[in-house]
Amino acid sequence: MNKVVADADQAIHDIRDGDVLALGGFGLCGIPENSIAALVKKGTKNLTCISNNAGVDDFGIGLLLKKRQVKKMIASYVGENAEFERQLLDGELEVELIPQGTLATRCLAAGYGMPAIYTPAGAGTEVAEGKEVRRFGEKEYLLEYAFEVNFSIVKAWKGDTMGNLVFRATARNFNPLVAMVGKITIAEVEELVPAGELDPDHIHTPGIFVHRIFQGKNYEKRIEQRTVRRKL
Amino acid sequence: MALTKEQIAQRIARELKDGYYVNLGIGIPTLVANYIPEGVNVVFQSENGLLGMGAFPFEGEEDPDLINAGKQTITTVPGAAFFDSAMSFGMIRAGKVDLTVLGAMEVSEEGDIANWKIPGKMVKGMGGAMDLVASAQNIIVAMMHCNAKGESKLLPKCSLPLTGKRCVKKIVSDLAVLEVGPDGFRLLERAPGVEVDEIKVKTAGRLQIVGDVPEMTF
Repeated sequence: MNKVVADADQAIHDIRDGDVLALGGFGLCGIPENSIAALVKKGTKNLTCISNNAGVDDFGIGLLLKKRQVKKMIASYVGENAEFERQLLDGELEVELIPQGTLATRCLAAGYGMPAIYTPAGAGTEVAEGKEVRRFGEKEYLLEYAFEVNFSIVKAWKGDTMGNLVFRATARNFNPLVAMVGKITIAEVEELVPAGELDPDHIHTPGIFVHRIFQGKNYEKRIEQRTVRRKL
Repeated sequence: MALTKEQIAQRIARELKDGYYVNLGIGIPTLVANYIPEGVNVVFQSENGLLGMGAFPFEGEEDPDLINAGKQTITTVPGAAFFDSAMSFGMIRAGKVDLTVLGAMEVSEEGDIANWKIPGKMVKGMGGAMDLVASAQNIIVAMMHCNAKGESKLLPKCSLPLTGKRCVKKIVSDLAVLEVGPDGFRLLERAPGVEVDEIKVKTAGRLQIVGDVPEMTF
């Protein structure tokens, strides 16, 4: 079994206008840089993007927003993107803001084959509007549905030819969850190795969830907030 | 004198108990990590997937794969663990995190909190705040008592869209420490040199004052 494709262009070749995508990453950490660049180049339009954040003005999903390729964004926090805020306030972009844990768990539910989950996040707030509310014990919970996604796009540290993935540090974040959601899941990796080289005990995402994998290149790995302390 | 942001953080740090798992929000809450009392060992959770968050890295040692929920570069402490976002919110939802400290734009006398949206003006999103306030065992809010216009942020009812209902247990503002109880805000401590009357005037919600209110010391 070999899931390797040549590059990002080949991996995303059949993503079409109007598709629903889920993308891994938290802020700019662990985002599929190569695939986003390929989507910008391809010019696919009317995309619905599920991602915790919307990138910044000139990087990450921000690049897709700038070219008006995104019709709808489903995210938990979009504070770092002025262009996003402008499109939203001007009504050019549809946005669904959902709690971060709800976003993660709606991915998890899809990947675990469950149609929905109950979560207390957002109960009693405007997030609850139009949703089924159910009381368990003393607390209210909202019914939230599993995502339905055409393509998932994730970034891993290492991957093998069978699609097994290993993530690094907090670049893991949403990636293993997003990997489980897509009808087709695309993984770009910093280091692609032959099957058998990764220790089966160390694999975060088993290859069954991954359909295409490629060796990424020229990772910029931009840091959003460089915070340091001085050496005494 | 009203407390500085650093002093608010310092006062909140006194609430930390040995063995606590703690989630700190962005802003003043982040500063709490600088004032952990001696002899107290706590583990900081960062909801993007880390238990055992350490200090900022030394210059030149920043790792783009290692950030906190505020997207700042950080380090890990010995014994740290990484996990994905679903497990992160799993431990939050299941009540494993002992204390959550976060900022607020408004808090109501019933413990409602608003901190994610100003309709028509600011649409940043709730991030993990709604999950945290819906499930945390113990929530302390770090905030300024009044907004830039001098209006109270401790209200009978929140005017902004809520982040969570009836969840705030304690507030440390620049003027006072208050508890949220069945009869509204209860004044526990006041900032050095700040009179009870000033706190009364600047608290729009119901305020309970019982006996002498001690002054904080630093």
